[in-house]
Amino acid sequence: MYDVVVIGSGAAGLTAALEAKEQGFSVLVISKNYPTFSQSCQAQGGINAILDESNDSIDDFVSDTFIASRKISNKKRIRKFCELSKDSILWLNKLGVPFTRDENNNIAQRRFGGTSKKRTCYSSDYTGLKIINTLYDTCVKNDIEFLHEEFLLDIAVENGVANAVITLNINKMKVSKYPTSNIILATGGYSNIFSLNTTNSYLTTADGLAIAYKNKAKLSNLEFVQFHPTVLKETNILISESARGEGGYLLDKNSNRFIDELKTRDEVAREVYKRVVKGEEVFLDLRHLGEEKIDELLPQERTIALNFANTDILNEPLSIGVAAHYTMGGILVDENMQTTIKNLYAIGECAQASIHGANRLGGNSLLEVIGLSREVVKSFNKDKIVCNIDIKKYQKEIDELMHKEIKVDFYKVKEQLSQILFEKASIIKSNSSLNEVLEFINEQKNNLKYMGIEDKSTYYNRNLVDFYEFKNLLLISELYIKSAISRNESRGSHYKLDYEYEDESFEKETIIENQDNDAFIYFEEIK
Amino acid sequence: MKIKIKRFNKQKSQDFYIEEFDILNTNTLKALLEVKQNYDKSFSFRYGCKSAVCGSCAIRVNGVEKLACKVKLKENDLIEPLNNFEVIKDLVVNLDKNEHFIKKSNAFLEEFSSNVVTKNDGKLIDLQSNCISCQSCFSSCPVSSINSDFIGPTSLTKVFRYIEDKKESLSKNKLDLIQKNGIWDCTLCGNCTMVCPQGIDSRSDILKLRMKSLQNGYTDPTIQTSFNMEFNPNGF
Ligand SMILES: Cc1cc2nc3c(=O)[nH]c(=O)nc-3n(C[C@H](O)[C@H](O)[C@H](O)COP(=O)(O)OP(=O)(O)OC[C@H]3O[C@@H](n4cnc5c(N)ncnc54)[C@H](O)[C@@H]3O)c2cc1C
Ligand code: SF4
Ligand code: SF4
Ligand code: FES
Repeated sequence: MYDVVVIGSGAAGLTAALEAKEQGFSVLVISKNYPTFSQSCQAQGGINAILDESNDSIDDFVSDTFIASRKISNKKRIRKFCELSKDSILWLNKLGVPFTRDENNNIAQRRFGGTSKKRTCYSSDYTGLKIINTLYDTCVKNDIEFLHEEFLLDIAVENGVANAVITLNINKMKVSKYPTSNIILATGGYSNIFSLNTTNSYLTTADGLAIAYKNKAKLSNLEFVQFHPTVLKETNILISESARGEGGYLLDKNSNRFIDELKTRDEVAREVYKRVVKGEEVFLDLRHLGEEKIDELLPQERTIALNFANTDILNEPLSIGVAAHYTMGGILVDENMQTTIKNLYAIGECAQASIHGANRLGGNSLLEVIGLSREVVKSFNKDKIVCNIDIKKYQKEIDELMHKEIKVDFYKVKEQLSQILFEKASIIKSNSSLNEVLEFINEQKNNLKYMGIEDKSTYYNRNLVDFYEFKNLLLISELYIKSAISRNESRGSHYKLDYEYEDESFEKETIIENQDNDAFIYFEEIK
Repeated sequence: MKIKIKRFNKQKSQDFYIEEFDILNTNTLKALLEVKQNYDKSFSFRYGCKSAVCGSCAIRVNGVEKLACKVKLKENDLIEPLNNFEVIKDLVVNLDKNEHFIKKSNAFLEEFSSNVVTKNDGKLIDLQSNCISCQSCFSSCPVSSINSDFIGPTSLTKVFRYIEDKKESLSKNKLDLIQKNGIWDCTLCGNCTMVCPQGIDSRSDILKLRMKSLQNGYTDPTIQTSFNMEFNPNGF
């Protein structure tokens, strides 16, 4: 039996695993892919920190983060998060992350939107990639045990206490249980409800949220989905905020700038989206930065534009659009990253830790992922645990799926879901458009009995995993819509045409509770 | 457009077979998804970021390693799994070797030194640390095909990256670990360099590691071998 089982090998999972091992716990990391393939490698722009208090201050960092959150975050927790920032960077530096340095050989910092200072540390524009590979190398060094391509099916909860994870080995198709007294979910966000319009990895499918919710952990703030204002049209590949941070312009169809590029993402995305839905082109213009600056600071952006849009940003403005990028909502956790189920923790993008509120600042997610994932270890339970869960029912369910006749193709439904969500429930929505989506979702919930898997092979059956992921996405889409319907105001990334103003009475966090498989949604004061 | 895909499913047959598909998408990853969704849901391959940075979608097109999400297809192209790895199903290969070789060559920071790292020092390892672990180089390597103990270009480049890192105080340790089944076994054919989607030049990193080894008192065992060969061609 392991003291700690971590689900997910993105930056959050690897960090927690390293820290737990360092503190003397035995650790197992389970993940549906290989660590270096996790979405965290996609983070380009950087990670925020106060390195030198004579240039910048914790107070300013707290205030910028709180203002961006539109008052629905917890100032005390933000402060702790900001205070952890320097140590997080120094820790990464010590493991070998090659941060870009400035003229004085200090770790360089750039400016991101919504902040008053240059606060974002980076490794050119491959920050996430270098972090994840360094973390992984260190895990190998420290003999961390991994199970790769092992899919989380469920969590065992008895008498309100989580005591095991139940997984499916994708290759062997074997169901197993791993009893432990500390389960950490580090499974990433839910942007793939917008699967055709997201910058995220195909693997970011809300599994952790769905499984936590089904086991009656509370979720929170699901209506807050951040759209990124600069992605390549059609492919939805991100052009990092560092492009605007380094001085890039946004231009409309007449080549005029239409917004201060360094405003927060919600505002910039809305302005871009308004033009995109009218069928107008919007451009990101980087030409004036010059070749030297672009090649030193934005090499990945140049390559992406060349490879995926056939545009050389040195000579041409880049045609862009908007896409779902980061999900502020997630599994509700307290200051120790503990969920509302005992022994179950959530870290990284799958958690709602009351920091980002209605709008996350660029660079704050990686800081959450590193800083808070190291902290979680402090409250671990040291007792051994007994688990009586019988896992036969999971194998039986899979066997039944193998024999089920199929009338509806869930891959098609997944695309339809994404389309209708983007049209009616993305950057700008209203209660009537949200209700249309809810109707579609209810219809598909009904249709689930006609959906299933066509691949009948009993090894490496990715079709089966895709189906489980789809069901998780469908559930979280429903909760996203219901949360959005409940919040009758506009705040941060959540913008409703029928309530185009911030309403003080909604200065609260949304809480979603699973009551007899029905979502009960209410609002709680920020403590 | 027609493309060919090398398939393998041990529950259907012990042999590989080539299957042809009619596809609309020219982007390889999209084409693979099209095949899976429209023709055969058992068709298996890996993918993630769709933006050429997670490294999970590496395959071979007409014998050359490519990232599926980045490369465009032409009529009659043949898609195959990576070489030098055990094929699990279709384009999915067993990648556990990567961890093994990182471990074997200490391709990580062993002991932190608080040396000052300058802006320029950082640039020395910038390219190598852009590695996306796609294993294209490993797949292209002829030595890996015949010697399963050969550490291979992915980890050797990583060793170079950590040896050159001013933050590492145990650089020499790593040199020790790559003398056998490492830098001297490489034929310097340059395949790895040719296929790297990140423009990393593993061949030249290996050459630099040889230089460093010589400077640190190691000897070049290949000189010994060719000397023996002149007198005893069967003497391996
Ligand atoms: C293109 C892009 C650029 C970004 N740039 C920045 C930036 O510059 N700065 C910043 O701060 N943030 C950035 N972000 C956001 C940031 O990268 C993410 O929020 C962060 O990396 C999330 O890390 P994570 O460890 O929580 O999740 P992930 O990295 O998504 O990892 C999730 C892990 O869980 C595993 N998993 C999921 N479900 C299951 C299951 N059912 N069973 C087993 N395993 C499972 C996955 O395989 C994966 O290993 C960016 C995001 C994107 C998409
Ligand atoms: S140069 Fe060396 S490592 Fe690279 S492919 Fe050739 S033999 Fe392999
Ligand atoms: S060196 Fe290049 S080819 Fe080899 S794994 Fe890294 S990115 Fe891929
Ligand atoms: S899908 Fe990530 S590199 Fe191709």
